[in-house]
Amino acid sequence: MKRIFYLLPLALFLVLAAYFALSLRPGRDIHELPSAMIEKPAPAFELPGLGDSAPLALNALKGHPVVINFFASWCVPCRIEHPLLMRLAQQNRIPLYGIDYKDKPEDGTRLLATYGDPYRLAGMDRDGRTGLDFGVYGVPETYVIDAGGIIRKRFVGPLTAETVDQELLPLLKQLGQS
Amino acid sequence: MKMRTRIALITLLLVFAGCAAWAVEPRERLADPTLEARARGISGQLRCLVCQNESIDESGADLAHDIRIFVRQRLTAGDTDAQTVQSVVNRYGAFVLLRPPVEPATYVLWYGPPLLVVAALAGSLLWLRRRQTAPESETAPLNAEETSRLQRLMRETDG
Repeated sequence: MKRIFYLLPLALFLVLAAYFALSLRPGRDIHELPSAMIEKPAPAFELPGLGDSAPLALNALKGHPVVINFFASWCVPCRIEHPLLMRLAQQNRIPLYGIDYKDKPEDGTRLLATYGDPYRLAGMDRDGRTGLDFGVYGVPETYVIDAGGIIRKRFVGPLTAETVDQELLPLLKQLGQS
Repeated sequence: MKMRTRIALITLLLVFAGCAAWAVEPRERLADPTLEARARGISGQLRCLVCQNESIDESGADLAHDIRIFVRQRLTAGDTDAQTVQSVVNRYGAFVLLRPPVEPATYVLWYGPPLLVVAALAGSLLWLRRRQTAPESETAPLNAEETSRLQRLMRETDG
């Protein structure tokens, strides 16, 4: 009994050490926050089109699962994921829609003209209000919305080939389209 | 007061004045002082998600500015303080609250430290009481075998 008592600090230390090790594991982004919007209806939006895109409205997207990517011309990590988005668009593998977050229309248009436009439609969220309704706290953020308009997943930061293959594509397949 | 002391004091004052300044920009402020006061109160409780350790009232981040505007819009539209805070929580989760709510997920956070203090106090008291009441009983009495061995040893050294 007494021996167990003396082992208590060691046990406490092990529990704490395990907790810290878990928090420090490689690949974990300490700034990544869980979304409060998962499994909730996507907030309605109706945005003017960016460049020559037609306007982008949530109601028009309902009926099939969609991927919504918040991006901006001033956003550096967006440039990192852009080639991947272009590849996915060329292969027509994901129903990708873009929202240009807090950007000047001419800057967003120039971005897509220079680097290519991976989006089926792109809308302008000039004051960031749609982003705020989605709980966006930094671009890029990517949301998967199912046919019923429910947010099923959020990716914070640039998409990678790995997250696309392991998470995004399987989820879309499961939602009934790929 | 000497000139140098005065300059040092003024410098200090300016340094701290800088810290006390708020990030709220004049064009964000509401004309109605009561509404504005409520907005400031709410802003002080909400975490800026970009800096994560500042309230949106203190943060110069763009997102903090947007949320400050949002809070003021809700209040102007007639929402109560609680409704306004809730609509921000609905979007960003309970993490935006600088003071976390008491709910099952935060029980360890809220009740852990007091429980640890109570456990430590109880442990120390028990230990102290045991030491006071039974200072001698720490060592168990010798059993028959040990007694005989001790006597044998004593005899050997005597002899």
